[in-house]
Amino acid sequence: MGLTARPSDNLARTDTASGSGESWVATRLDLLVNWGRAGSLWPMPFGTACCAIEFMATAASRFDLARFGMERMSFSPRQADVLICAGRVPFKLAPVLRRIWQQMPQPKWCISMGACASSGGMFDNYAVVQGIDTIIPVDVYVPGCPPRPEGLLYGILMLQEKVKRERMSDASLRNEMDPDPESGLYIPPQAIDELSEPFGNSVHQTRSGL
Amino acid sequence: MSASFSVVIPGSAAPDAPAPATPRHLPNRGGAVNPSADALRARFQGGILRVEVIWGETSVYVERLRLGEIVQWLHDDPSERYDYLSDVTAVEYRDPEQPIEVVWHLRSLPYRRFLRLKVELARDGKTPLEVPTVWSIYKGADWLERECYDMFGIRFVGHPDLRRILMWEQYREGFPLRKDFPLRGRFSRAEQLRQALAANPEARYSMEELTVAQAFEDLPEAMRKRLKGGERTGE
Amino acid sequence: MSTKRTVDVAIGTSGLDEQGRPRRAPLTVNEGGTVTTLEPPPALEDALELEGEHMLINLGPQHPATHGVLRLVLELDGETVVRCIPHIGYLHCGFEKIGEYRQYNQVIPWTDREDYLNSIGNNVAFALGAERLFGIEITPRCTVLRLIAMELSRIISHLVWLGTTCIDIGAFTPFLWAFEQRERVYELLERWVGARLTTSATRVGGMAADIPAGWMDQLQHFIKTFPKTVDEIDRVLTTNGIWVGRTVGLGVMSADEAVNYGLSGPMLRASGVAFDVRRDFPYLDYETYDFEVPVGTHGDVYDRYLVRMEELRQSTRILAQAAARLPDGPVDSDDHRVVLPPKSKAMSDMESMIHHFKQVMEGPRPPLGESYVAVESPKGEKGYYMVSDGTAKPVRWRIRPPSFVNLSAIGKMVEGHLLSDVIAINASIDIVMGEIDR
Repeated sequence: MGLTARPSDNLARTDTASGSGESWVATRLDLLVNWGRAGSLWPMPFGTACCAIEFMATAASRFDLARFGMERMSFSPRQADVLICAGRVPFKLAPVLRRIWQQMPQPKWCISMGACASSGGMFDNYAVVQGIDTIIPVDVYVPGCPPRPEGLLYGILMLQEKVKRERMSDASLRNEMDPDPESGLYIPPQAIDELSEPFGNSVHQTRSGL
Repeated sequence: MSASFSVVIPGSAAPDAPAPATPRHLPNRGGAVNPSADALRARFQGGILRVEVIWGETSVYVERLRLGEIVQWLHDDPSERYDYLSDVTAVEYRDPEQPIEVVWHLRSLPYRRFLRLKVELARDGKTPLEVPTVWSIYKGADWLERECYDMFGIRFVGHPDLRRILMWEQYREGFPLRKDFPLRGRFSRAEQLRQALAANPEARYSMEELTVAQAFEDLPEAMRKRLKGGERTGE
Repeated sequence: MSTKRTVDVAIGTSGLDEQGRPRRAPLTVNEGGTVTTLEPPPALEDALELEGEHMLINLGPQHPATHGVLRLVLELDGETVVRCIPHIGYLHCGFEKIGEYRQYNQVIPWTDREDYLNSIGNNVAFALGAERLFGIEITPRCTVLRLIAMELSRIISHLVWLGTTCIDIGAFTPFLWAFEQRERVYELLERWVGARLTTSATRVGGMAADIPAGWMDQLQHFIKTFPKTVDEIDRVLTTNGIWVGRTVGLGVMSADEAVNYGLSGPMLRASGVAFDVRRDFPYLDYETYDFEVPVGTHGDVYDRYLVRMEELRQSTRILAQAAARLPDGPVDSDDHRVVLPPKSKAMSDMESMIHHFKQVMEGPRPPLGESYVAVESPKGEKGYYMVSDGTAKPVRWRIRPPSFVNLSAIGKMVEGHLLSDVIAINASIDIVMGEIDR
């Protein structure tokens, strides 16, 4: 099967009929930039626990993350676009995660993969951060313990949708979050306590005595 | 050194022993006692407080201060040869009157035996939470003892480097596996997070462990300052 | 009982030279399997005499080759590691504390997540420990099903080890092959218990579910076709010059040292100690299966690779035997202290309903006592030590983590090696941070 000319899509058109051989593109700048960004996200896998194994399964042959322009794992945060936090984040790891996020250049996004990263999950105890959104801003939460590769792929597609809706003129998207100088925290302490409060039945399960 | 590589086969010291089999129908109390328990009794009369057999596993309660000697003998004696340390841990009961137990799980590979040693640390306010280390006998005890210290606050006297291992060194909430430690920690979540972010354990190099420490004074001023201050490095 | 030595290094080189120094990695494999080696590097003492300052390198906690969040502080003299200080605890999640607040059956989901490459094996190990504490005998069908679960688990864990180690050392293809086979095991597990990775497959006294119809055929198909992949990986790696060059002679532990450091599993066996919990302290009737315990003779990274490859084959053998002897009958034991009444009865019969309610809300209570049950996990001797004070929740649930103890020897293993070899040695330990830090 030989190579055939690809049909032109709505984004770029090649004007060969006029014989000049020049290509030209007419589009909104936002659309073009976002299309480029969304289709070539470089993930930084911050894999800590079980979710990292499912992340590896997603990257391996059967689910093939490369289909979404993400086959280039960027293990250095300085060349990465998306932080995929896969797994639980204990308090000891919190400064590390925070620092990796700070090292990533703008524009950057974050996917919180799995229940533990998103909310502490089943580890409602002294050691685990109850949701990484108390440390860094999160764009997409992928539920599951661990999420199936399909779930992660869906989260990635959602992130791509989000990226495609961004406006370059909206400077607020690229704001870096600075810690509160007094407490050293990124969101108010009351908000952290509220986010970390267990929901529903879990209060009674663990506080019912022995 | 290359000559020392020969295959070691467990059970080689007791070729006539019956082949090991999956244990079945174990009684709750009693049953076959590990022969090492009797040998221990004969050798260290006063050092052995009592022997229990629970679900087929022999536990020997030994006196706190004689533990090192007992383990050394178990390790060296040709009829025991407990050369493999499986585990070091501790148990605190919910009843605050009951003593804290420190537990050693030993295996004798040549004889295919399994023995549990226990030391009881009474909660009378007089007994210190201290036991002798077995690090000098089993190198594998290094981290196991550190973890036990980290989680229970039990000091292993003679351990060369008894620091926290799982929690960071500046962790201030206490010893997590103690029963008076609440499941969710002592502080609020915000305070826990604040302390964790401020601790930044990654920036510490534990200078005292390094051979560089001996040459510390010769290091450039800037490097000395950075290593001493424990501030962020590499950023 | 004799333990056959089934693995020997086919390549005529020893891990150490005559002076006991690690041999320099060979570069070429000649025809017939011999290896041409280069001059050995200067011994550590010689290296220290070189002028120049030592350098500190911080490896991790976020590094692709640390298999998680391990942090190694390396003191280098040039490229030679003078000292290595591991820092762990970055994934400490308080498993043991949580276990004290949960009933025995409720702990099982945590066992999935602690050594997450070996979830179903941990489920079985925990159930065995709890059953000893309760004094329950499981049914013959359950025994065989659990054994199948353990060996499947060993296979998928070794496959992850193989894939990630290949990536660390610079080979990408075996990673894809290994993960393709993993997906097949995942399919099996998913059909059985509904989850791919975190299975929670066992209950105290039985299993969460019996295998579905047609499952054994799928397993048979897997047993038949899986060795082909092992052979392929074997062909690609075992005599590959780069692979041999980057693994032979690294991280040598002698048999005595390995025992003294408490190493277990393939790490210990690669050093020539034929200790396998399955054989020496059997459980699940392992003594009635015909399998061999592979043993290395040099205790280096290459031997650990060979041992694990052979274990993949042996596991397949055990699986075939277990599949052939799977008996019919009930899966759950009939001990009413722990086993729930069937749902049809619980919904129609008052006594059964009360029983069900009390079972779920209060939980089964074991007698006073304690149990330590060790199994041969893919990483080594995994033990669950449980202490009961007669209530429905354990007073203490201790995990004896094999890779924690194995990792504690890394400082000894990497000393005197090159920085790039630290990666290979670290990979050969097969660490899982979830289990190390718990």
